[in-house]
Amino acid sequence: MSVLPLTAQFARGLSAPICLTWELTYACNLSCVHCLSSSGRRDPRELSTAQCQAVIDELERMQVFYVNIGGGEPTVRPDFWELVDYAVSRRVGVKFSTNGVKITPAAARRLTGTDYIDVQISLDGATEEVNDAVRGTGSYQTALAAMSHLAQAGFRGFKLSVVVTRQNVGQLDEFAALARRYDAQLRLTRLRPAGRGASVWHELHPTAQQQRQLYDWLVLHGENVLTGDSFFHLSGFGQALPGLNMCGAGRVVCLIDPVGDVYACPFAIHENFLAGNVRDDGGFARVWRESELFGSLRQPQSAGACTSCSAFDACGGGCMAAKFFTGLPLDGPDPECVRGHGEAALAQVDASPPVPSPDHSRRSRPVPVTIARRRPPDRACDQSPLAEFGSGAG
Amino acid sequence: MAFDLDQPWCLDGRVALRPEPFGALLYHFGTRRLSFLKEPLLLAVVQRLAEHPSARLACEAAGVSAQAMPTYERALGTLANSEMIRVRDERDLVR
Repeated sequence: MSVLPLTAQFARGLSAPICLTWELTYACNLSCVHCLSSSGRRDPRELSTAQCQAVIDELERMQVFYVNIGGGEPTVRPDFWELVDYAVSRRVGVKFSTNGVKITPAAARRLTGTDYIDVQISLDGATEEVNDAVRGTGSYQTALAAMSHLAQAGFRGFKLSVVVTRQNVGQLDEFAALARRYDAQLRLTRLRPAGRGASVWHELHPTAQQQRQLYDWLVLHGENVLTGDSFFHLSGFGQALPGLNMCGAGRVVCLIDPVGDVYACPFAIHENFLAGNVRDDGGFARVWRESELFGSLRQPQSAGACTSCSAFDACGGGCMAAKFFTGLPLDGPDPECVRGHGEAALAQVDASPPVPSPDHSRRSRPVPVTIARRRPPDRACDQSPLAEFGSGAG
Repeated sequence: MAFDLDQPWCLDGRVALRPEPFGALLYHFGTRRLSFLKEPLLLAVVQRLAEHPSARLACEAAGVSAQAMPTYERALGTLANSEMIRVRDERDLVR
């Protein structure tokens, strides 16, 4: 019935984002080695309670269905619960990602019973050893305690959110079993070389063989597992995975960071992808609708070196942020291209890749470049770039 | 289950609808599923559902032709299966 396929319509941009990520603070009790937002210390310029409420008012006017709240660890903001209540009262749904540190039995009861709140507990290993190596000592127990509190409070279908790495890709069945045990839903997302993740990506991202294994697992179990459409680069293997299979940056997705800066995607915290600030005249709506950067992202993009590849229609050239932070051209192959073009291209990168900015890592704990067994406490942030899609009508 | 065009239908109370240039986006806060209406005429139908005694009359009021009716019946069936729309009942009379 429509002239253009839906993905082509979406690529031209929408009146408001489908999936808006809002990192409320750069403060975090953990310091995960792969944190996408290089979080740790609060930024003194972070939005005040009143400024956050003004953003929520604007989201209500724009009819943004829900926000994906992350950080940092959003629940360490003293006004976190107040802001959640405020959003719900404006019928703006809240999905928030947490390492579980503040999910006490009382908090879990408070979260249960409204359709407008969803919780994602981050866990990056199905065993304590694998998880704590990247997220920090004690983080596994914290997450499991939070999941237990949610399950006991009767919160059905909260999300167990896992960033797939070389170290945990062999535990997918265990993650699924863990989710079932707590009446949660498993959500798997892709590791991007964003934030501190850029410095550990080469050691943590799944190998080519593991990517195939992941793809096969998703084809088999995809119906019950959420992915935030983040593995669309794997569709180049053949059968497309559920979802839109497109890069949504600045088109259906964007990020508001703790100081109000608006970036094209949660994995692209760099001045090249900075579109404006919610405190500018016209607020967030104007940044979304009129920024030059988003306007250019909504124009047809060059497929560059991928033009002649038979998999291009399936993978669309992959993830913009993954290319950018590994030093690859934006019109080149994804660094994890399933045809192997990414590896070849990476071998030819001679200049240093761009460095993610800004960095709010704790100064006292310099970010390690190698994965060690005993690691300071950490926190992974794993926002979905796209909403979970149901079937379309019409 | 086949869609019954002659029943009275409405948008589920837990669904938010946002018009877009291509049609509309729908989000169901209960199932947490997102869906979309791929064209403006379908949006016009959905927006009229609650005002008419049947989905068929809502389609006609929106300007759906007799030939196109089966297409809209299917589209509404998809929305009903995903709980985006529901049959109106006595709950709706006491408002």
